[in-house]
Amino acid sequence: MAITMAQALNTALHDAMEADDKVVMFGEDVGTLGGVFRITDKLQERFGDKRCFDTPLAESGIVGSAIGMAMYGYKPVVEMQFDGFTYPAFEQIVSHLAKMPNRSRGTVRLPVVVRIPYGGGIGAVEHHSESPEAFFSHVAGLKIVSPGTPSDGYSLLRRSIDSPDPVIFFEPKRRYWLKEDAELPVTTEPFGTAVVRRQGTTATLLAYGPMVRTALDTATAAEEEGWDLEVVDLRTLNPFDAETVVASVRKTGHAVVIHEAQVFAGFGAEVAAQITERAFYDLEAPVLRVGGFDVPYPAAKLEEFFLPDTDRILDAVERSLSF
Amino acid sequence: MDAAPLTPDPAGLLPPVQPVQLLDDQGVLHEVDGYPLDLKDEDFRNLYRFMVLARRVDKQAINLQRQGQLGVYASLLGQEAAQVGGAYALDEQDWVFPSYREMGAALVRGVDPGKILQLFRGTWLSDHDPHATHFGLLSIPIATQALHAAGFAMGAKFDGKDLVVMSYFGDGATSEGDVHEALNFAAVYDAPCVFYVQNNQYAISVPLSKQTKAPTIAHKAIGYGMPGYRCDGNDVLASYAVAKQAVERARAGDGPSLIEAVTYRMEAHTTADDPTRYRTPEELAEWNARDPIARFETFLTREGLVDDTFRAQIDDEAKAYAARMREEIYDAPHGDPLELFEHVYVEPPASYDEQRALLRRELEAG
Ligand SMILES: Cc1ncc(C[n+]2csc(CCOP(=O)(O)OP(=O)(O)O)c2C)c(N)n1
Repeated sequence: MAITMAQALNTALHDAMEADDKVVMFGEDVGTLGGVFRITDKLQERFGDKRCFDTPLAESGIVGSAIGMAMYGYKPVVEMQFDGFTYPAFEQIVSHLAKMPNRSRGTVRLPVVVRIPYGGGIGAVEHHSESPEAFFSHVAGLKIVSPGTPSDGYSLLRRSIDSPDPVIFFEPKRRYWLKEDAELPVTTEPFGTAVVRRQGTTATLLAYGPMVRTALDTATAAEEEGWDLEVVDLRTLNPFDAETVVASVRKTGHAVVIHEAQVFAGFGAEVAAQITERAFYDLEAPVLRVGGFDVPYPAAKLEEFFLPDTDRILDAVERSLSF
Repeated sequence: MDAAPLTPDPAGLLPPVQPVQLLDDQGVLHEVDGYPLDLKDEDFRNLYRFMVLARRVDKQAINLQRQGQLGVYASLLGQEAAQVGGAYALDEQDWVFPSYREMGAALVRGVDPGKILQLFRGTWLSDHDPHATHFGLLSIPIATQALHAAGFAMGAKFDGKDLVVMSYFGDGATSEGDVHEALNFAAVYDAPCVFYVQNNQYAISVPLSKQTKAPTIAHKAIGYGMPGYRCDGNDVLASYAVAKQAVERARAGDGPSLIEAVTYRMEAHTTADDPTRYRTPEELAEWNARDPIARFETFLTREGLVDDTFRAQIDDEAKAYAARMREEIYDAPHGDPLELFEHVYVEPPASYDEQRALLRRELEAG
């Protein structure tokens, strides 16, 4: 059956709430409305307004109270309405969600999932298209997840909710309507592993979230050039599966990391360093990074010039191959 | 030990339980103690004119969105009186820090909505100049502009400038920390700042009852040591009179205040929203009967302040305005992609040369 990413995430929330009555879902407009992207559609109807509820408009309040509820014994899943509106919650995430388990020497556990629809490509107005994953990847104590397929949307969200550690769950909003033939529930590869989505020999494309589809499309387009590209989907940025990444790069000798976020100090820098440290002698060329330019996310009609696409990725592959 | 008397007297900071109303639902004017109207005939006509223009601009913007000319638009339908009345209390030198719904306030302040709405066209992030217009950039991250208003007012105060700042935001925004910090900063520094809440009953789908347990939004003021005012936001005269008090207070150096204009958002939250999921047609009909323009028009007609000629004249002006707005939106500058690198820094990093070159190559390759 063809399912979309949005349906997969909605079903994952539903099934997790069905399986464990300590799982609660809250945020702005997630109850009556079912979320602005309808990811929480019908959850309140099904589970009542103590399990799925609308909060006052306050992101710090949402994450901070999720921490308190988790200390009490709940497993809160909270929604930040858009990437650009996560920032008011930054302090609660960085200073408490990430650190409290460590500060308490493990006596406090915070099984909280912060869901963030992120990234561009939907023609939105300012502050609705950001890719803030690098900020959070820099924080020890957080697991960082970003699914690239509907099945992974389901499976990784279920495991994130089961995780005893806090998880920042980045949902690629432009892929909410991406379809895949799959039956739910589905269990995909283990949490913390990367997956080779396409086998190839010429060079490795490394992507996550919204860019997985783009990387696969690029690999198809590259066949015309006679290039056989391998595509690795990172799936979780932390934990980072260096083994799968390095195995692929050992095989191809060329690595191109792709994300929507600005390149400067983006997550690609971490990937490049990991590869360089572990597979320096297998590299035929420096690891190249492809992403957005180092500028604020532009107006909707200019986003196509900002966002990495097949051409920009192929250009990088060519630079790598001709190094 | 006797408790020291509280200063200022907290009771004096409390808002009235019933919103101040000068024009009743039938459009009959009542005098209310403490809220004198200092308006001339010409002002009455002007307020009416701005409200009609605001409604026309709003309709035009919705149409432009439907035609695909704007990516999204947040309507002010039903909030004309609150917005226009509030902004009309300001003087030339004063400033406004708006959210994203303030086309009515923009009009009053002489800002061309066709220009600020370019933000929603998405071809460029608009070329609106706050310094030229004393009207801040539209602010989409909820509540954030309230702090900018407080800071601007602090600057004016420290500099001894005769200048009042008005910050607009919604009922939902009052839940964000930024609004509380803004109220507190403005109060602590006696900054000449008026916080103008348009309580339109909803924050997207979330009704006020889920947003706060305060008796009213205006009651929040007392916690910061400033007066809370409450007015019928569908009554332009009450909205004006209350704002005028708060503005005069600020101008006199007596510090900030918080106004709650009680109104209703007649349209969807934005053109991307489906309000049938969270509110009833009955509720809508009830507020429709309290239409701010109809009410004011009944009063003006009865008083002989407007007649058919004047109405026709305003109607023509509104049509011309909408036509100009269409042109401004159609002709809005399409940002040259290479300008992505402009205005990010005054002193751009050298790496921009490389990135610009990459984009140029991409553009040339097509
Ligand atoms: C910090 C932040 N969180 C969430 C949003 C998403 N959002 C946009 S408008 C809105 C509701 C705002 O309600 P209110 O303050 O009452 O103003 P209104 O839109 O009714 O004028 C929300 C939640 C946002 N823009 N900024």
